[in-house]
Order: sequence, then structure tokens, then C-alpha cells
Amino acid sequence: MGGLIKSSIARKVAMALSGLFLVFFLLQHFTINFTSIFSADIFNELSHFMGTNPLVQFVLQPVLIFGVVFHFVMGFVLEIKNKNARAIKYAKYNGGANASWMSRNMIYSGLVILAFLGLHFYDFWVPEIVHKYVEFAPEDPTRYYPELLHKFESPIRTGLYALSFVFLALHLWHGFASSFQSVGFNNKYSVAATKFAKAFAIVIPVGFIIIAIVLHLNH
Amino acid sequence: MSILDSKIPEGPLADKWTNHKNTINLVNPANKRNIDIIVVGTGLAGGSAAASLAELGYNVKTFCYQDSPRRAHSIAAQGGINAAKNYQGDGDSDYRLFYDTVKGGDYRSREANVYRLAEVSGNIIDQCVAQGVPFAREYGGLLDNRSFGGVLVSRTFYAKGQTGQQLLLGAYSAMNRQINRGKIQAFNRHEMLDLVKVDGKARGIIARNLVTGEIERHSAHAVVLASGGYGNVFFLSTNAMGSNVMAAWRAHRRGAFFANPCYTQIHPTCIPVSGDHQSKLTLMSESLRNDGRIWVPKRKEDVEAIRAGKLKPTQLSEEERDYYLERRYPAFGNLVPRDVASRAAKERCDAGFGVNKTGEAVYLDFASAIQRYGKEKALTSGMHNPSAAEITKLGEEVIESKYGNLFQMYEKIVDANPYKTPMMIYPAVHYTMGGLWVDYNLQTTIPGCYAAGEANFSDHGANRLGASALMQGLADGYFVLPYTIGDYLSQDIRTGKIPTDTPEFDQAEKEVKDRIEKLMNGSGEHSVDYYHKKLGKIMWNKCGMSRNEKELKEAIEEIAVLREDFWKNVKVPGTINSMNPELEKAGRVADFLELGELFAKDALHRNESCGGHFREESVEQSGEQKGEALRDDKNFKYVAAWEYKGEPKDAELHKEDLVFENIELKTRSYK
Amino acid sequence: MNLTLKIWRQSDANSKGKLVDYNISGVEGDMSFLEMLDVLNEDLINKGEEPVVFDHDCREGICGACSLQINGEPHGPDRLITTCQLHMRKFNDGDTIYIEPFRAKAFPVVKDLMVDRSSFERIQQAGGYISVNTSGNTQDANAIPIRKEDADEAMDAATCIGCGACVAACKNASAMLFTSAKVSQFALLPQGQVEATERVLAMVNQMDEEGFGNCTNTGACEIECPKGISLENIARMNREYLKASMKG
Repeated sequence: MGGLIKSSIARKVAMALSGLFLVFFLLQHFTINFTSIFSADIFNELSHFMGTNPLVQFVLQPVLIFGVVFHFVMGFVLEIKNKNARAIKYAKYNGGANASWMSRNMIYSGLVILAFLGLHFYDFWVPEIVHKYVEFAPEDPTRYYPELLHKFESPIRTGLYALSFVFLALHLWHGFASSFQSVGFNNKYSVAATKFAKAFAIVIPVGFIIIAIVLHLNH
Repeated sequence: MSILDSKIPEGPLADKWTNHKNTINLVNPANKRNIDIIVVGTGLAGGSAAASLAELGYNVKTFCYQDSPRRAHSIAAQGGINAAKNYQGDGDSDYRLFYDTVKGGDYRSREANVYRLAEVSGNIIDQCVAQGVPFAREYGGLLDNRSFGGVLVSRTFYAKGQTGQQLLLGAYSAMNRQINRGKIQAFNRHEMLDLVKVDGKARGIIARNLVTGEIERHSAHAVVLASGGYGNVFFLSTNAMGSNVMAAWRAHRRGAFFANPCYTQIHPTCIPVSGDHQSKLTLMSESLRNDGRIWVPKRKEDVEAIRAGKLKPTQLSEEERDYYLERRYPAFGNLVPRDVASRAAKERCDAGFGVNKTGEAVYLDFASAIQRYGKEKALTSGMHNPSAAEITKLGEEVIESKYGNLFQMYEKIVDANPYKTPMMIYPAVHYTMGGLWVDYNLQTTIPGCYAAGEANFSDHGANRLGASALMQGLADGYFVLPYTIGDYLSQDIRTGKIPTDTPEFDQAEKEVKDRIEKLMNGSGEHSVDYYHKKLGKIMWNKCGMSRNEKELKEAIEEIAVLREDFWKNVKVPGTINSMNPELEKAGRVADFLELGELFAKDALHRNESCGGHFREESVEQSGEQKGEALRDDKNFKYVAAWEYKGEPKDAELHKEDLVFENIELKTRSYK
Repeated sequence: MNLTLKIWRQSDANSKGKLVDYNISGVEGDMSFLEMLDVLNEDLINKGEEPVVFDHDCREGICGACSLQINGEPHGPDRLITTCQLHMRKFNDGDTIYIEPFRAKAFPVVKDLMVDRSSFERIQQAGGYISVNTSGNTQDANAIPIRKEDADEAMDAATCIGCGACVAACKNASAMLFTSAKVSQFALLPQGQVEATERVLAMVNQMDEEGFGNCTNTGACEIECPKGISLENIARMNREYLKASMKG
């Protein structure tokens, strides 16, 4: 595996697979969040399960963190390598003539998402971890929804969340569809798969934004 | 008795090559490792020769002026490659391919060589398919063929309109395999500037590293020249910008005879010259003549109106058009051989019927083919009462599927849509049948110096058939040289490495350096291109599609004067010891200025019309063929091989009589 | 037409280069881009300056020698053509045109606009061939039937002219399109199957060693490729590579 991951194609595939994994996680996250806008109970129930199930906590969570870190680190490594592959830059480079803005600026959309993740961890994950594994506070299965609502109190924070999801959409717009190409999936189903990926890239982030706005207004 | 010994093996025609292969000497594998071969030029002939010789075990060094062997100009061949496979079952055979080639060459080629070419042609296809060349296929999965150049069978294999590219990449991949094995050392961006002879044998070359300007010595036991043709003596041709005669000409100056320099093929379907800035001409595949009809307006007024932009060609009715090929040659029509089609276009344009602003263009019209195919397609797709627009649309789709890439290329260059308005075409210099004289073994008159592909004079006589150049290049490289060169090298197994620190190399290098110095030290009045364009004008106007004694004599004088002026006044900027494309060009043009004169001298001496060489003095005076080319077998049935004697005008003629034992000499008639 | 040209001048691989401004007048629409540069060079020569060096040869779009990054795009603004086929009618009077060499660490500048693309050679030498002898004593050409669709697709991949526009266009200077075109051609043909594993591993390995960047699927290469080589070839190479890696 060490040898495999050294080659450009192996790295590309690794980026695609970790990205696909994160896309899957995003869908799962979205599904749970979505329940919050129509049923606080279901949301609490699901959150309680995710927050206390040992499989989720001690297997899936580390895998997810590894996936996120891997995707970011590999993204940076590749970006640096790619920058080095053209030591002298063009005086005039008309990148927009042949490739989309999204595809050319994955590193920037990715950085925004990374910054957002920092905020997100600070908002939810760190308090959760402190709550459960530092303070060993007793579990209250109904605490999740009020906590959530509390976070979307501030219009600035809600706005930042919404903005971050715009960048996520941009990132997904290129990244999701392009992962098929990376893993060598290019056949008669590709057109449909690409359409699905592009739809996903819009629908899911927009959904997250709607959830944030609804929660903000519900307050 | 001529001093030229063609070394044609004894025996019946069909057995000559086999017998020869059975009796020539071989070199054992252990000895091959001690023998070096230089190959100059990496097109189809050079690339295939280098790969084959390296595979046999010789140490090969290849030289090309391009940055990669893959860029040799063989890559530009469009149409296809002939081979007597008879996959179509339409009566093809080695003999028939041989016959067509000799006849197409107007009976000015050597029977034994041409038969061998036909004989190995099938193997070329086997070889290329094994290498992964993606030839066009039929739905059944077998190879497709098309007919080409007015012959009666379908024997042309093709890969879209890029057959030359695919075959060259095949040879290049075979080369790459040997480079990877360490058996070929590729010297790219290197140009051969002289041949080095030791004890009368070719033993190496002097080359210039085009990046650093360094002059290098390379020794070998044999030297193969596969450096292509000399069409660029005309300045404008379909050759690549860098195509040149230097390697062949340097060998000529060292003693290799130059054969039939006046045999030039002028291709009828090229995109016309658009202005003085023109740097090269682009060929449109001959296959277009299968469906296109060639015409000019009947009336001068219409010509004037078209040139002035007041009239569009599509506005002229059928009656107002002169389909001159169909008129003059009812049997073959638009499919007459290249030389005939070219001269007919020139005749119309000289008479004032040329349809563009330079007066040198005729129409190639697909309107009737579009209608014909459209109706056919409508019928087969079950459309009843299709409208005119529907028919045109369907027809255009058929034409697009056949010639789409060519039409696109035309549109990019000319900025006119050939589906809607007829193409404009004009003949252009395309291929040179003449070249270094070689014997049956492809050896020049210098022992150990071989010539292959377009660089030699061998197989096409006075006119080459379409799709035969690729065949010859690969036949020479893959299947002929590997045998014949071994026969020669079998005498060299005890020679050991050829040293380069000998007086012969010293002398050759000094001459090369002196020549470069001289080029750099012109008075600086005119650029290299200035001279090249002037030479081209003389060649095109006086040694072009039709030639006469008066103009040829003028050409000889004018070229000599121009050459003298060149050496005095040429301007070469930059330095010797660095990358300097102007210096490269200067060296090449200097040689063209010598070759051009020999060309004219050869054309002057050959007072007959044969193939691509048309002498106005030698035409049929009466009968059905009146005005057509008249060959003179009684006086000119020979190869003219010229020996260098200082100035081109002093070159000495040697004749190799051509003996035809298997073919009856006839007049070519396309009426 | 009068134009301002900003041309990269660099006297050799080790020197520092810079953009130099040139004004050129009397440019006609029927001129090709390289003919326009010919006119400029003739002018420079007459003025006693060194002409601009650029690669070119066949001038009909097939040899792959000509390069040039024109106004930030390889082979200029037109599609499916090489620089030698680009005509000046695509520009307007008064335009400023940036002319730079194809840039990549794996394509060092030789002089001015000429670059060294021998990295492509080495990728091909690593395995871009089928190891058959050239004796001609192989089996008959028709002994292996090949589906027309496969043959056509192999042909489409094989039309690559090795010009390097894919690398020049790619923001990462990746050579995936070039390498995948050769891998694809052989992957689609039965003749290529025998060595498929070794070929893709060796070629990709060499590509990486040459210092090309990684593919991020921007698709710029496909758009700028003068021969329209498809991105599908890259997907195919990824598949071939994964397959080969599993086999080891």
C-alpha cells in the first residue's frame, strides 16, 4: 500500500475514495439534521444514538476523522506538488477558457471548508467530547435539539454557516463528479452519474443552508 | 558498359529476392554486437531500419533534426498504404501491384526492385498490425481497404486520414523498444553535415548538435541515409519546413551518384497559395477526387466576376462550367493520375481561368456528390418524397463521415465552408522520385553508404502511385536493408571499432567548420529565406509542371548566379555555438542551390516526357492522344545517375539501362 | 492589422528570460500564426537582431512540433488545431498577444519559445510499444479480428501528436492525457493485452519521475488538445493502473 500510494494515479484514486466517503458521510449528516426542522424528537433520538453508540463513537468516528484529515493532507500535498510541476508561471494564463472555476480552485474551496470545520468542531464536536469524555456528564437524550437551536441564535454565525455551504457546493460540484473519473468509472452511465453528482452538489448544501435558516428563525 | 552495377540477382523475377536472401552472407549474433550502424533520418524508412537493425543486434545510432523521431514528415501522409494482400478477392496479386507500379512510374523504374517491393508489401501489413497500428476495420473485424490512385483493385490499407502518422508511430514504437534495450542511441536535434569516408568506404558522419552548436564525430561500419526527399528546393511544397537534401547531397559530393533529380511529383489537390507570406502548402488527400468534380468557369467574364467577388461559383449553372478533366479524359475523368491532373489544372490557369486572386486555383466541387449520396441515403433510410433540404442534409452527413477531418482542415485554413461552396485547389510539389542512386541492395555508389525511402531513387520511376510511398519506406527499412546490409557487414567482423581521431575525420570536420564559418561571414545583405524564395520561384516557373529547353537553360544560369550571390551576401544572425535555426536553414539552402541546378540539368538532358517530367518539346503530335505526354523509350529508357565533379554543371552522366523482361512498354492512356 | 506581441525571450536553458514587446504591422488574416512570426523574424534579421526561436516543422497540424502558449492557451484561442493551423483572422487590429513557451518543469526551455519535450520520449520508451520483432514473420494481419468499435476507439487515442498542449493547458502540468492515450490505444487492442500490466506501470512510473503534476480532472487538456483526445482515456488508464497494481 505504501508503494501504491506513491504514484500519481494511486494518490488521485485515494483522493477520490476519501472524497466519496466524505460525500456519503455528508448525506448521513444531512439526513439527521433534516429531521430537526420538523421533529425535535426524532432529531434527539437519532443524535442520542449517534452520540452514544459505541460502534459509531469508537469505530466510525475515528474512521471519519481519518478520512477528513487524509483528504485534506493529501489535498495539500498534491497542491504543492502540482504547483512545483510548473516552476515558472505563465505571464498570461487563460484558465477560464478550458476549465471551470470550481475545478481550478478546489484548494480554495477546500480551505474555506477546512476553516468551517474548525468552527464546526469548536461549536459541536469539542463541547460534545468534553461533555462526554472529560466531564463524564450524565446523558440526557433530549439535550440535542435545544443545543442545536442555541447555536443558530446568532445571525452572523448562521450567515457564516450558509456561506461555508456555498463553498462546499462549489467543491462538490467538481469533486463529486470528478471522483468517478478518478476511479476509472467512465462509460455509458457516466452522463447520468455526473448529473446526479452535480444535483447532489447543489441540493445537499442548499438543504444545509435551509436547515440553518429555519433553525435560526425558529429560535 | 556502364560503371553502374545494379547487382540484380539472376533467375526469374518472382524468385530473385528469395534466391538472393538465400545466398547472401550473414553476420553471427556475437559479431553483430561489435558492429555500429548510423541511420540518418527517422521517418518510415529510417525508423523501421533502425528498429530492425537494432533488433538484429547491431549498435545503432539514429539522427534526426527534429526533437523526436516521431515528427519525421512521413507522419503527414494521409491516404494509405498499398499491399497486395488481395483480402478483397478482387484479383490483386504481387504481380499486379508490381505491374501497376511500373506502369504508373511510366516505365522508368527497375523491374526487380519493384517486384521485391510488391512481394514484401503483404508482410508490412502483418508487421504493422502486430505492432498495434489501428488500421480501419470492417464490421466483421477484418481489415478494410479502399481503392486509390485510379488502379483497378482495392489494396489500400488506411487509418482514417492519418495512415502515415500511425505507421510512423508504429516504427517509432519499435525504435523505442530498442532504445529502452540500449540498442539504439537516438541523437535528436542533430543534423548530419557530412559523410566521412575511410579507404573509400562510408565510415561515419559529422553532425551538429542543434541545441549547443557543437560539431560531433560519429563513426560506424555502415551509414544508412533515410533523410527523405528534396521537394523544398521549390521553397513552397507540401514537405515539412525542415525537410532538406543535405544528408543526401553531402553523400553525393562524397561520391554517391544522384539519380533522376528531375522526377518530381506535383500533387493536384493542395490548398492554393494565398499570398507572399505563404510558408508551405497543405495537401488535401487524393481520396477527395473520388467524389469531387474539378472545374473552372467556361467564360472569362465569369472568372473575372468571381475574382472580383461579384459572382459566387454556386451561381454558375452546369452549362457555364468546364469540367475539364471529364471533358479531356472521359474514361478516367477526375481520377486520372496525379501528373495528368496537375498539368490539366495548370493548362486551364495559364489560359486565364484560375478562380482566385492569384489566378492559380480551380474548383473541387462536392455538390453533385452530396446530392447523389443524399438521395441514396434517403432511399435506404426509407424516406419517401424527401425535400431538397433533407437530401442535402443527408448528403452532407455522408460526405462528412468520409472526409470530415479534411473539410474541417480546409475550413480552418481558407475560412470557407466546403459543404456549401466548392473547394479551391491547385497543384503543389509533393514528392521527389529522384534521389541517391542505389543498387538492388540499396547501396549507393559509396560502399557502406545505403539510401532508403524517398532519399533513394529506386522504385517509383518517373511518377509515384498514391499510397506507395509508405509501402516503399517500410519495405526498405523493415525487410530489405536488414538483409542486404548484413551481406556487406559480413566483411567487417574483424574491423573493430572505427576510430574518430583519424585524418579522415579531422579533414571532414575541418571542411564542415569552414563551411559554417563561410555561411556566417556573408556580407549580410539578404536573409536565407530571401534566397530560398528566389530559388523556389525559378524552380517552379522553369522546372515545374511543364518544362522546355529555353527555360531550363535559363534556370541553370539563374541558379548559378543566385548561388554565387548567396555565398557572398547571405545574412546569418546569431552565433555558431548555440541554437541557431537561421544557420541550419542556410546550410540547407546552400545545398538546394546546388541540387536545383543539377535538377534543371537533368530535366534539360531528358528530352522526353515521362511521368512527372513533362517536356513541352515531347508531346504527341496527332491522333487521339494529341497534346499528351510523349515518352521516348528508344533514347531515354535509362536511369540518369549523376556523378559529382565540382560544380553542378560539370556533373557527369552515367546511364543505367532499364531492362523490361516481364512487362511490355505501353503508352499510358487515360482517354 | 497592427499587433503588439509580448514574446518570451530566453537565450538558453540556463539564462533568465523575459517578455519583450514587439510591434508588427501589415498582418493579414490569411496568414497563419507562424507565418506572422516568420514576418517578424525576417524583420528582426534585417534589423540585425536575433530572430525568435520556436519549434515548427510540418505546418499542417500533424507533426506536433509547434507549441506556443498564445494569450494563455496552448495553440491559441481556436479549437482542434495546432498553432501552425491558427490563422490571424482570429485576431483583431490593435490586439496585444502574449506568446510564451509551453511551461512545465518537465519541459525546460531550450531557447525563446522552444522547449525540451524529451520527457515524453522517455515515457514512450518506458513501455509505449508492443514487443514484437520486426521480422514480418508474425501471423497474418487478418488472423486477429478486432471489433470495429474497438479499432476506431484505439485509433482515436492513437491520433495523439505528442505536442504537449495537454501539459501546457493543465494547471498542474500533468501529462496524464498524453500517457493515457498510448496506454488506451494498446489497452483497446488484443495485441496490447500481453504486456498490459507492465506497460501501464512502467509508463505511469516514468511519467511521475519526470516531474509532471497530478491530474485533478479539470478537463482543460481535452479542450485544448488539437486532436480532441478524450478524457475517457485517462479514466481507462486509471482502471488499467489499478488492475495492474492489484496484479502487482
